[in-house]
Amino acid sequence: MSQAPKRVNYIGQAWLVILLALLYGGALAGVQNTLSGKIAENKKNETYHVIPSLVSGADAAKTVELVVRGEDGKEAQVYQVMGPDGAHMGWVVPAAGQGFADRIEVLIGFDASLSTITGLYVLDQKETPGLGDYITGADFRDRFKGRPTDEPLVVVKSDPQADNQIRALTGATISSTSVSDIVNAAVANLKEPMLRQAPGLPED
Amino acid sequence: MATDEPTALERFINGILPENPVYRQLLGMCPTLAVTNGMKPAMTMAAATAFVLISANIMISLIRGLLKPHLRILVFTLTIATFVTIADRFLAAYVYEMSKQLGPYVPLIIVNCLIISRCEICASKQSLKVAAADGVGMSLGFALALASIATVREILGSGTWMGLRVMPAAWPGWGIMVLPPGAFLTLGLLLAIAEWATARRAAKGAAGRKAAAHHHGGS
Repeated sequence: MSQAPKRVNYIGQAWLVILLALLYGGALAGVQNTLSGKIAENKKNETYHVIPSLVSGADAAKTVELVVRGEDGKEAQVYQVMGPDGAHMGWVVPAAGQGFADRIEVLIGFDASLSTITGLYVLDQKETPGLGDYITGADFRDRFKGRPTDEPLVVVKSDPQADNQIRALTGATISSTSVSDIVNAAVANLKEPMLRQAPGLPED
Repeated sequence: MATDEPTALERFINGILPENPVYRQLLGMCPTLAVTNGMKPAMTMAAATAFVLISANIMISLIRGLLKPHLRILVFTLTIATFVTIADRFLAAYVYEMSKQLGPYVPLIIVNCLIISRCEICASKQSLKVAAADGVGMSLGFALALASIATVREILGSGTWMGLRVMPAAWPGWGIMVLPPGAFLTLGLLLAIAEWATARRAAKGAAGRKAAAHHHGGS
């Protein structure tokens, strides 16, 4: 008797869960497929709305949308920001990465030579309410303003001693570091390619 | 045995006041406290919760004969999570500003105990009609509770209701009512009023019966 352990019929037990998982997965894929375009459009509208706050002197209506191939070989959408007279004022670069809870999506403003960060805006986040979600506040975002891009940003817990240091939010070090890492990754991935492919664009 | 279970009408009515999710069952406290600083976010949350609750109740009732006792909670969670994700994407697509304002509280509907408790108590045991009536009743009860708290907080905190000015322009706006402490204060006071009214009605009913039995009026 003990020699032949009773076989548990796993499929008999779990078939409903498996079937529902497939069904729900399909339904969610359908919803995502249907709505992702609309959601992306909402984010683009918001991007245009905040461009003047990311690059001073920008005229959002004169923005040029560019697709740049990053160092990682993937194509990335960036915005070349122009002034009212058509002069190149700077750049707005969308970037994303893992936060404490979920993906964080940001917009980073740069000057025309991509040497200084001119602004930061959080497009999407689901960080802890009352702690990590302060990354959306101007107080935290302004800590990135005026930072040089020649060396990676470092998050510190005390008053910044160097140009590349960003003071973390109290109680939200991981969210703060996530945002800084997203900025560093975007600079490393896109700075050189953008300068190469800028301003005299469609060459090919 | 089946006759012991409440009917569709009883389920519907119970959800609104006698078994109100917030004032009677004290469920769904996270959204109740977090998104009631204004009527608009509160009603968006109530609508999203209603969609998830009614859909989950219907789905679970349809498959109730196939549920294995030890896997039922897994099936409930899977079903609720799916409908929450659908609601979240719809809000992001069609009411983008509100979706941003509610932030993580929409995905957090998944852990609203109100929904899983209705799946367990009603939908997994009763017919489609009763489960749907239960979902609608409970959703109305939840919306009513959120509306009552949001009304107090928005009027006292911002001087507006649904974004429209209702207090005189000189009203200073009690900042605390918009902030988290205002949520706790309002919920506590409204709960106390609800308890007091219930106790008073019960006492009146008992006194009335006593009076009728002993003196036929007077006292």
